[in-house]
Amino acid sequence: MNSYLLDALRAKFPDDLLETHAFRGDETAVIRKEALLKAAAFLRDGLGFDFLMDLTAADYLPRDPRFELVCHFYSSAHNYRLRLKCPVYADDAVVASLTQLWPGANWFEREVYDMFGIKFDGHPDLRRILMYDGFEGHPLRKDYPLKKRQPRIPHRD
Amino acid sequence: MTQHAKPDIPKNWELEKLADGRLVLNMGPSHPAMHGIVRMLLTVDGERVVDSDIEIGYLHRGFEKTCENVTYNQCVPYTDRLNYVSPFINNVGYALAVEKLMGIETPARAQYIRVIMSEISRITDHLTCIGANAMELSAFTVYFYLINAREALYRLGDSAAGGRVTPAYTRVGGLTRDLPADFKKDTAEAFKIVRKNLADADKMLTRNRIFYDRLHNTGHISKEDAVALSFTGPVLRSTGVPLDVRKATPYLVYDRFDFDIPVGSNGDNYDRYLVRLEEMHQSMRIVEQALAQLPDGPVNHPDFSVILPPKEEVYGNIEALMAHFKLTFEGVKPPAGEVYQAVEGGNGEVGFYLVSDGTGRPWRLRVRPPCFTLTAGLSKMIKGGYIADIVSTFGQVNMIGGELER
Repeated sequence: MNSYLLDALRAKFPDDLLETHAFRGDETAVIRKEALLKAAAFLRDGLGFDFLMDLTAADYLPRDPRFELVCHFYSSAHNYRLRLKCPVYADDAVVASLTQLWPGANWFEREVYDMFGIKFDGHPDLRRILMYDGFEGHPLRKDYPLKKRQPRIPHRD
Repeated sequence: MTQHAKPDIPKNWELEKLADGRLVLNMGPSHPAMHGIVRMLLTVDGERVVDSDIEIGYLHRGFEKTCENVTYNQCVPYTDRLNYVSPFINNVGYALAVEKLMGIETPARAQYIRVIMSEISRITDHLTCIGANAMELSAFTVYFYLINAREALYRLGDSAAGGRVTPAYTRVGGLTRDLPADFKKDTAEAFKIVRKNLADADKMLTRNRIFYDRLHNTGHISKEDAVALSFTGPVLRSTGVPLDVRKATPYLVYDRFDFDIPVGSNGDNYDRYLVRLEEMHQSMRIVEQALAQLPDGPVNHPDFSVILPPKEEVYGNIEALMAHFKLTFEGVKPPAGEVYQAVEGGNGEVGFYLVSDGTGRPWRLRVRPPCFTLTAGLSKMIKGGYIADIVSTFGQVNMIGGELER
């Protein structure tokens, strides 16, 4: 599989790029999380990916590394999409925040933090977004039971 | 006269006066001028918004978690409830994502019908947005004109899918049913109503001094900021970026139709209104072309490991009975892998990121809701403006709680 894009990434980050594939035409690069910020900056400034379309995560319990951060980039100039993923270990679930490159990452990262408990280093305002303060656990983790009930919270001031 | 005791108001709800004379004002979550259930904590200096914190999460239902625990086809009704004013687009986007994962394609007729229903949904979405926006700016008559038009389209969707707001029309590999016999005639009649009511609304709003003043130059955002904030849809196009998934990466049969992507130039609320207004006319153009080209044939994928066999066959032969049983209990089983499928929703790009582990249930289903980024960027759009402008900006952002909070 030869893709200009993935080759460019491979040439730029030979040590950090773990894997590339293109399942059903979706080009994907898996990169070490330490290099995420560098790679994202290269995608934006070097390859013309101006949109951070989506940022989310997935929990692959019981696999290790447990989590995967998934970013979808889109280049409006080249009309091209790329998925960038990085594995995240459960005992070190901290990733560099993309908010300094794309301010739009702010709420996406808050949602990932809320739903998966992955923290973002350098995020200006990392709080829960969909769940309330005082909610225990992170609902989209695979070990969070579907029908778990939470205690009622006291009336807030 | 008896003196009533001052009720015990929680601190958050009080007007908090800061040291420098600014006020912290709470707007929402349930406020008559709000377009949905969102709470805004505004810091205001006189009438001007200095800063704001937008708090969402009042309509979170755990859509993604729920979908991890049901079969692929059982997710379809849940997708109705994402953007509940344009449910067909969500149905279609989800079905396309699963089909992309499986590497199958639906028959041509199904693709045309999906386009038709998506475009009808886009019109209902924009009608609701403009109608509610006008109503919030106290043009109540227009609201009824547009909601009447929407009702005509809802009936059209109802005649095809059997549901006005929650049609659940698509299945993996096809549709629940074909279009009714006189759908073409009904569409032509419904479009007559839509065109008439749109022309009326256009006359009442577009050059209306009050409406114009409240939309023009309010909620402004620059092209660069809109891109950096991941905006899509009419709000992005109002800044002059001609990005539309239907044109950029055509899915279904969108490349066979002749239509335009309206763009604005100012990036303010008035441009968003004009973009939406024109998009509805373009959508009607697409539907009319699609109905003219509509091919005959089946609407479902022929493979019984994907789509339920017809009832006569289920009761008539053992293979179909087995296929029915397996599909009902285990569901379709896409191969292990991951895909991202984007479709153009009413508010922008609706993306479905789907991870399969090879079983009958999605391992992970993520929806990229278009109004999530828009609502995130709302703080920037209302900053520096008047409190009253929040109403028009929030209306044009067209926040839909169902897809925002899933």
